[in-house]
Amino acid sequence: MRKLSFDLVIIGAGPAGLAAAVEATNLTGRAPLKVALLDDNPVAGGQVWRGGLEKSPDREARRWLEQATRPNLHHLFQTKVVAAPGDHRLLAESPTEGLEISYKKLILATGARERFLPFPGWTLPGVMGVGGLQALVKGGLPIAGKKVVVAGSGPLLLAVAAYLKQHQAQVRLIAEQTTAKNLAGFGLTLLGSASKLAQAVQLGRELITVPYRTASWVVEAHGQHHLESVTVCQAGRLHQYKCDYMAVGFGLVPNLELAGLLGCSLQNGRVTVDQWQTTNQPDILAAGEITGVGGVDLALLEGRIAGLTASDRPEQARVLFRARRRWQGFSQALESGFALQTALKTLSRPGTLVCRCEDVSYAEVQSHQSWRSAKLHTRCGMGPCQGRICGTATEFLWGWSVGAARPPVITARLGNLVLEQEQVPEV
Amino acid sequence: MPLNKSAWEVLVIGAGIVGAACALELAKAGRRVAVLEQDCVGSGATAAGMGHVVVMDDSEAQLQLTDYSRTLWDELTAMTPDRHEFTRCGTLWVAADTEEFAAVWQKQALYQRYGIASQVIDRSELYRLEPNLRPDLAGGLLVPGDSVVYPPRSARYLLESCLALGGQLIAGRAVQLLPGAVRLSDGRVLESEAIIVANGARSVELVPELAIRPKKGHLLITDRYPGFVNHQLVELGYIKNAHSSEGDSVAFNVQPRATGQILIGSSRQFDAPDSEIDHPLLSKMLARAIEYMPGLVELATVRVWTGFRAATPDGLPLIGPCPNRPGLWLATGHEGLGITTSLGTARLLAAQMLDQPPPLDCEPFLPSRTARINEVSHA
Amino acid sequence: MPEIQVSINGQTVRVRPGSPVAVAVVLAGQTDYRHSVQGQARGPLCGMGICYECRVTINGQPHRLSCQTPCEEGMQVMTT
Repeated sequence: MRKLSFDLVIIGAGPAGLAAAVEATNLTGRAPLKVALLDDNPVAGGQVWRGGLEKSPDREARRWLEQATRPNLHHLFQTKVVAAPGDHRLLAESPTEGLEISYKKLILATGARERFLPFPGWTLPGVMGVGGLQALVKGGLPIAGKKVVVAGSGPLLLAVAAYLKQHQAQVRLIAEQTTAKNLAGFGLTLLGSASKLAQAVQLGRELITVPYRTASWVVEAHGQHHLESVTVCQAGRLHQYKCDYMAVGFGLVPNLELAGLLGCSLQNGRVTVDQWQTTNQPDILAAGEITGVGGVDLALLEGRIAGLTASDRPEQARVLFRARRRWQGFSQALESGFALQTALKTLSRPGTLVCRCEDVSYAEVQSHQSWRSAKLHTRCGMGPCQGRICGTATEFLWGWSVGAARPPVITARLGNLVLEQEQVPEV
Repeated sequence: MPLNKSAWEVLVIGAGIVGAACALELAKAGRRVAVLEQDCVGSGATAAGMGHVVVMDDSEAQLQLTDYSRTLWDELTAMTPDRHEFTRCGTLWVAADTEEFAAVWQKQALYQRYGIASQVIDRSELYRLEPNLRPDLAGGLLVPGDSVVYPPRSARYLLESCLALGGQLIAGRAVQLLPGAVRLSDGRVLESEAIIVANGARSVELVPELAIRPKKGHLLITDRYPGFVNHQLVELGYIKNAHSSEGDSVAFNVQPRATGQILIGSSRQFDAPDSEIDHPLLSKMLARAIEYMPGLVELATVRVWTGFRAATPDGLPLIGPCPNRPGLWLATGHEGLGITTSLGTARLLAAQMLDQPPPLDCEPFLPSRTARINEVSHA
Repeated sequence: MPEIQVSINGQTVRVRPGSPVAVAVVLAGQTDYRHSVQGQARGPLCGMGICYECRVTINGQPHRLSCQTPCEEGMQVMTT
């Protein structure tokens, strides 16, 4: 196990983490901090700026990514944190080694994942997340000429539909579950931001030929060994669409597991932070989607504030508070604009799987009163995803909270959980 | 305000595997039984342990109780093994050196006297049976009659069988024992002619004078690697470990689950302040396991958890009437053998409560012995 | 950049460097990455290393996440 030590460790190289890293290493005329930026992916960018085979067309993304390649910022990629054994230490692993990382300060920017809700046929190969399908296409998945249905909820549907269309996919439909009324309300908030409005108009142009339906959701995915078609309920009527892929995701949920493991206060599904992006744990800050899903602009501001705070420049951080407040409004608009309809709770049939890791059906899980009971008696949540997929679904379906995080906070190589002083010397 | 005064004759506190087994045994004898549970069936130590059904020879009494209980498990699981995720993988006691291998022969002789099937395994046979063990071990003892179950399912099966015979499940948390009654956290008072305390490490909250100390343990489970290990593997030092009354300790203990996952233990810790993962102790436990099976380092770890065993000074459970508390019975203090001996405990306790001849000598397990035990441990 | 070669269930596939193994599997014409506990065919869902549905065996090591693993020259990938 390799031991590393830094003044500041930033976990997550999406917009928030990148912004924090750039600010914290921007020290002119001061002793430079030893800063590490850590991410599970092979390159920086997180999900929204996910690095692929091509350079990102987004200018803002390129700007931050380029700035984050400065020499005094130590990159630890393909690296995930697995445990936090105390005393300002993290255990992490890459495909080739285990690491024990000591820090004086920590910034958590672990981002968000998609919420998947079970429906008949959702386990067919070819049914993917919205960000999931985009990630694979960025990695070279051939999509030109393929028929795709995009479904679920949130602005991500539009962004990804446009991306797929740019890559010559045939996007047949975008099925947004929110009501036209909620969507209009959200649309109004966009008027408050020139940049967001411009983005929306641009998307509108790109997707002009793609049907975009509100109050619509997938009710079934069909196919033998791979997806062949989907049935969508649009304002009460059923329509079937032949397709090669479905990109389906019902909004974003923050990745709170590491924050929880470190003892950070979690409320209303987010990490609680003060105006300095500091959590209730001394020396731990949080920025980006984990303090509340709010998109790239908010993540950048929070990341910058966290980076400035962690490098002792509160006066520069304070300058950004006003802009952050504005984008926090956008975060609230997102939440109300795309709140999930109760009809989504009744998509499953008794045999529809809720836990994909352990093949546990809706009927089996439904008979329990709590997450713990369901887990112990049906195995729901006992698989390698550690309940991230099914736990998010059962929270929506039945209001269950999954238990507190324990190490390993993600499935980890056993040898990387052994602290160095306990390791048996190699013969 | 007392409720349901005569809705039941026996109230069992705790729907873990011991409580559920006792409740079923009494229901089968025609008693009206209620079981009080604060979480879900089998959610305490029942959920936290390894589910190993094993004969253990720390003492003659323990060997008799585990042997008898193992037979009862075979009967219980014979018709519906899948309901218990039952696998008869057997136990392989592993001898690391010639000294331990000598102990293997002694163990085999003891088991033979008791009619328990076992087979001495030499070094080459050991590697044939378990190719992933470290190369320089001495051999072992195979006990083919041992098995593994998934205890929460079994506890649920036993409880549901009790309910099918007219038993009742009451959701609630006991906070105080009163003469002939128990007060719950929500203020309700449940009266009962007979009360059985079967809530494991938490028994001392209700009966403070019990000589029970919680002993914390850690376990780790991996992703699926079918065939990596074939038997429950235990180091011979395990028994000494389980009996010790002070300090933190670890022992090599690895089990193949029916799913193909590998379950790794074990650790023991007194006076642990909470149920959080103790990373240094977990590390020690893993390091010990890796010493015996180096290939474990590569396996994907899905989950780690802790649980609390109820430990008595002499390592034997408390099964019988509670001294100085008329109407109160005890079925607790099972340390690491709660799963195995749950079924035997139920028979022994029921026999005492129904004033029938017990299947085994009850004396070694009587709670009244603990007055003597307290003297001994202070000597 | 010149393409690299990996093997999917014995079949050679050429991919651009940096492509995740999950993409190489598709290029090999394979749609099942693994089979579930009850034998259902499964493929990637989340694309970001969280759902564990894309697990394959890489160079003899099982349970590797194909969506998070970049292809390397000569990699031997087996789906299950």
